[in-house]
Amino acid sequence: MIYLLQQALNALQLGSIYALIALGYTMVYGILTMINFAHGDLFMVGAFFCFLIATILKLPFVPTLLLSMAGVAMLGVFIERVAYKPLRQAPRVSAVITALGVGIFLENFTLVFFPYPQSVPQLLANVTWTVGGVAVSSLQVIIIILSLVLMILLDTLVRRTMVGMAMRAISWDKTIVPLMGVPLDLVISITFAIGTGLGAAAGTMYSLAFPVIDPYMGILIGWKAFIAAVVGGIGNIRGAMIGGFILGAVEILVAAFLPSTYRDFVAFTLLLVLLIFRPYGILGRPRPQKV
Amino acid sequence: MKKVYYLISLLAALSLLISACGPGGGAATIKVGGIGELTGDIPAVGASFKNAAEMAVQEINDAGGLDVGGTKYKIEFFLEDNAGKADQSASAAQKLITQNNVVAIVGPNASRYAIPASEIAESSKVVLISPWSTNPKTTLQSDGKTPKKYVFRACFIDPFQGRVVAKFAMDQLKAKKAAVLYDVASDYNKGIAEFFKQTFEENGGQVVAFETYTTGDKDFSAQLTKIKEANPDVIFLPNYYSEVPLQIQQAHRLGITAPFLGSDSWGSAELLKLCGSDCEGYYFSTHYAADAATPAATKFIEAYKAKYGSTPDDVAALTYDAFGLLWEALKSAGKVDRQAVRDALAQIPKYEGVTGTMQFKEGSGDPIKSAVILQIKDNAFHWFANANP
Repeated sequence: MIYLLQQALNALQLGSIYALIALGYTMVYGILTMINFAHGDLFMVGAFFCFLIATILKLPFVPTLLLSMAGVAMLGVFIERVAYKPLRQAPRVSAVITALGVGIFLENFTLVFFPYPQSVPQLLANVTWTVGGVAVSSLQVIIIILSLVLMILLDTLVRRTMVGMAMRAISWDKTIVPLMGVPLDLVISITFAIGTGLGAAAGTMYSLAFPVIDPYMGILIGWKAFIAAVVGGIGNIRGAMIGGFILGAVEILVAAFLPSTYRDFVAFTLLLVLLIFRPYGILGRPRPQKV
Repeated sequence: MKKVYYLISLLAALSLLISACGPGGGAATIKVGGIGELTGDIPAVGASFKNAAEMAVQEINDAGGLDVGGTKYKIEFFLEDNAGKADQSASAAQKLITQNNVVAIVGPNASRYAIPASEIAESSKVVLISPWSTNPKTTLQSDGKTPKKYVFRACFIDPFQGRVVAKFAMDQLKAKKAAVLYDVASDYNKGIAEFFKQTFEENGGQVVAFETYTTGDKDFSAQLTKIKEANPDVIFLPNYYSEVPLQIQQAHRLGITAPFLGSDSWGSAELLKLCGSDCEGYYFSTHYAADAATPAATKFIEAYKAKYGSTPDDVAALTYDAFGLLWEALKSAGKVDRQAVRDALAQIPKYEGVTGTMQFKEGSGDPIKSAVILQIKDNAFHWFANANP
């Protein structure tokens, strides 16, 4: 029982990171029906921003997190303006290839400055409590709570504010809605800023939990978060959160009860089976194709 | 159309220029190739390799060249980056052999890159000496038994290292139950973990957890929780220096107190930097100890420190030895010829290197040599014990 609780805690921590990153994929897809494959690398840039702010400016955790989120959000908006906007009318596949290119650029640009893995300083007091035999670290608690807070904030923003309404409207129809006076470019920029900002938050927390960072750290986790977004139903915000937690739980539980060599094999087979039964993901709905 | 002609003639002129400084550039030079992990996941290995390689070449050139069959040859060194990728290692070997026409190649270092490069060297009949690749497959044909003819190494191999660490855990640390966590996607980690398990069990020990992950993973919480449940006396992590700190830190966060053991992949100064105080007191097996050095080693360590301002790690020492072996082979071959170098290298009677004495036997590219156990103390590596086969 203690073992199961311990693994459940591990799963929550991993799942909340996946969920935060998956949100970035799903938001961009919801608005632009485009998969931003550079998102995993923006997550990596977030981790490096955290590292730079913490080592050079020596700021504590909260300002580091906010600055890193702001920095990456600006980078996200910039990338959208420079790399994706000119391709908005082009075939979707061109935009996807551009996104892959942006990702590779970000990796190698970081590689020029940081060829070595870097060690991120401890910004948070790292205490381990033992609660009924389960080892709970303060970092784990902070990561889980902070992720949940960010997700609730986002959910409220999308469902209850004017900006959120504009986002949902544009996601519904990109031609008619701007004619009603909704500023298309501004809403897209805000979406990118929020999505990449959340990715940076994930990167910051990830780099504190696993304090060795390198320019390639975003690739694998980016792919996994993308899969989480698809499983949850890409384009659906609550779906991305659920998908992230499901993927985290499946990965941890498979490793916990089966030989860990089978982890990815079993985990992704399960997800494939799930997609066979729910091809649009858990919360996704088929979109009618416009002719 | 005119533009196209200009372009073509420009390209033609360029290619002439390039080929003009290609083969036949200097009269008496020996071309030697190097393949290192300059970028990618283990760049500290590549940096040490590059430093030691350039130092070995410079020493020869500063002394007026290498005496081969009565002629003094300068060394021309071609360094290729494999970017931490298996396919680029193979293409780098191909390029050095066919374009740069090298007489021999030193590197790559990690087994997962050395193995593909060694296949190219073997089929092209060019000597390849890997300084640091400890996986048996590097010097074996694909049948797993016959040694490759042209592939050598300057280090011991994984079965030996796995045995050394298992013996150390049982004899010195009195461990009865061991756990292993290793990267199942990497030849090096996998090989050494399996040999550790085999030896540990043969000697009456019990491997209570044998857990894996895949390259690039950073969250090991599921596996470590499992290891904690199994309650081992000692935990073996035959993984690379960039991953070990994360594994140990997460284990400590889960409340694991058993001591950790490692293999030669720990032996980078980067490990100390990334790990901080978390690695204090743990042991690993490696090729040489900078603080318990022979006269030959002391001379190398001094020169290296003077040139680069840091203590050479095992990759640097082994790279230097790999070049030492190559110079020795060239000298005794008496001519600059790929086949002659290979034959001379296989017959070197006993080479006194920085990392101990080496000798190749019975057509195998694996040298006979010994290992050392180091302990991490006060954020530095300290000699702890010698380990002989």
